[in-house]
Amino acid sequence: MAQIVIKNIRKDFGDFNAVKESSFTIEDGEFFMLLGPSGCGKTTTLRMIAGLELPTSGEIYLDGEEISQLPPSKRDIAFVFQMFALYPHLNVRRNLSYPLVSQGMARRDVKAKVEEVAQILGITDILNRPVGGLSGGDRQRVALGRAIVREPKAFMMDEPLGALDAEFREHMSEELRALHDRMGATTVYVTHDQLEAMQMGDKIVVMNNAVVEQFGTPQQIYDKPATMFVADFIGSPSMNFLRFDGTVADGADSVSLDGQVMQIPRHMQGAQGKLVFGVRPEHVTLSDDGAYRGEVLASEYLGTTQIITLDTPNGELKARIDSAQVASVGETVGLGFNPGTVTLFDEGSGRALRSELNDEVLAHG
Amino acid sequence: MSSFSVTEPSKRSKWFAGTLVIVYALVTMVPLAWIMLTGFKSPSDAISYPPKVVFEPTLEGYVNLFTTRTRQTDEFLAANPPETWYDEIVREYDMVIAGPSKFGERFLNSVVIGFGSTFLSIFLGTLAAYAFSRFKIPLADDLLFFILSTRMMPPIAVAIPIFLMYRQLGLSDTHLGMILLYTGVNISLAVWLLKGFIDEIPLEYEEAALIDGYTRFQAFYKVVLPQAATGIASTAIFCLIFAWNEYAFAVLLTSGTAQTAPPFIPTIIGVGGLDWPAVAAGATIFLLPVMIFTILLRKHLLRGITFGAVRK
Repeated sequence: MAQIVIKNIRKDFGDFNAVKESSFTIEDGEFFMLLGPSGCGKTTTLRMIAGLELPTSGEIYLDGEEISQLPPSKRDIAFVFQMFALYPHLNVRRNLSYPLVSQGMARRDVKAKVEEVAQILGITDILNRPVGGLSGGDRQRVALGRAIVREPKAFMMDEPLGALDAEFREHMSEELRALHDRMGATTVYVTHDQLEAMQMGDKIVVMNNAVVEQFGTPQQIYDKPATMFVADFIGSPSMNFLRFDGTVADGADSVSLDGQVMQIPRHMQGAQGKLVFGVRPEHVTLSDDGAYRGEVLASEYLGTTQIITLDTPNGELKARIDSAQVASVGETVGLGFNPGTVTLFDEGSGRALRSELNDEVLAHG
Repeated sequence: MSSFSVTEPSKRSKWFAGTLVIVYALVTMVPLAWIMLTGFKSPSDAISYPPKVVFEPTLEGYVNLFTTRTRQTDEFLAANPPETWYDEIVREYDMVIAGPSKFGERFLNSVVIGFGSTFLSIFLGTLAAYAFSRFKIPLADDLLFFILSTRMMPPIAVAIPIFLMYRQLGLSDTHLGMILLYTGVNISLAVWLLKGFIDEIPLEYEEAALIDGYTRFQAFYKVVLPQAATGIASTAIFCLIFAWNEYAFAVLLTSGTAQTAPPFIPTIIGVGGLDWPAVAAGATIFLLPVMIFTILLRKHLLRGITFGAVRK
């Protein structure tokens, strides 16, 4: 089991820059998520750790050893592919034994190890079946089995649940997480699904356009987004952005939005010009009074909660409120924001302004 | 009640298709059957008109194919009674067997040259196709076009330069020369066909093998080759059929040591009149290896030809 340190890693494909200088650390035993939209460089990063791509520059340390230029066979890292990549000409047992045979392990030991892994994954009954006829879930288990069978230092997983249908994905993600907790192996997991990342990850790296946008725990990423991209990408519905022209003084704990004073966490960074007032839908409250008002445009019923879409002087806003509360379309209501949760962004750079709320997170991001 | 199905043909179209297939099969099989039957006819039956469908079978054609014979005096024949069944057959014409003919040798040449060049084409073709499919090769498209361009004229168009070249290099009438020549003609077909097959094999399998601790070359032969087996089999059949049946170059470049069966079979006609049964027997035997090879690989061939037609 191992710690992985990524230092200023960069990858160019010809003129195309797939990953810009990125650095982050994956601690021993962590379930680490690489999250981002397609084409953001997350898979390339994963492949560089595994050795399927060589970085253009930068270093990768596995337990203190620099491995960025080693061939994959010398790294002791397992990889689970999105399309599983089970060897189609071999049966399940031989698929599972393949990584052991390459190490020259004795046949009896291989057999024992394969049986053990099959037991863990509950696939003992299909060991002698060809992989062609297996269901998606079983293929997934065999692919996982092939990864864990040789007890590597770390696992790389490239959207391993992407090829499964939604219902089964839920189940498999729990199984995966349980397997990780049981083995305690460092796992790097690529996904574009923010829910999956929040659900399963100990830490998340959010990537966009070849850069690391933010790095932290799911709570940090959700509550204290470092950039507008992260705030928008994480959460459903995503964070509300109320755009305004104004000034925030260094040390200010309020901001003027359409002439109304709004409480915000005390800011340690002043700014002026085009700013964005960011607040999550669940931190918006509706009341009859309240000076800052908006008109209800639509409501979506979601069972325990409902999502209300409102038109405010600073643009559209969504609020997640109790479904018992009544908000009829066309009505104008007063809006309140939970002051401790507000993040201000500079619209030009897209970055969050430092405040009491996010100082700790932004300091190392 | 009428039921309509997209996949299930109607009875009438099934019947029509069946008839069509039978007619086509007859058209293509009758000449084949004719040759095979002629091989078992006596020379007079072979040229009788109207052609005899029912006849007394004899192995005369085969005996004549594999032997050389001389006419002998009555005294000699009386003093030396026939010893074997094939001796008896030739005695009817007052002849004795002088020795084996060159057919066995020529046939063996065909086997060596045909299978040799097929093996070489497949070996080089697979490596080249893999490289073109997987690696970033400078000017790859131009190189592939260049390889294909060797097929843009009939090979025989360059017969004279090759003839002169081979004479200079000492390759005329050698097995190596013929193997190289047929490989040269077949290699472009092999590279193009095999590249198509290898392109269809997802890169992930090799990456999985690399991750599982294998080297690039091990990944190639342990993971790519088994999956390309279909393509390799069908390509091998195409290569073998060409090399096996090639006539023009064989006539031009071989005369003795390395002569293959195709240019040899017609020469039988000249020995002791028009010996059609012997020619037919030669043709029949000559057909067998390719037929057996194709039947052995026919599963692969069918899958191979349609492979990649539909993207999964």
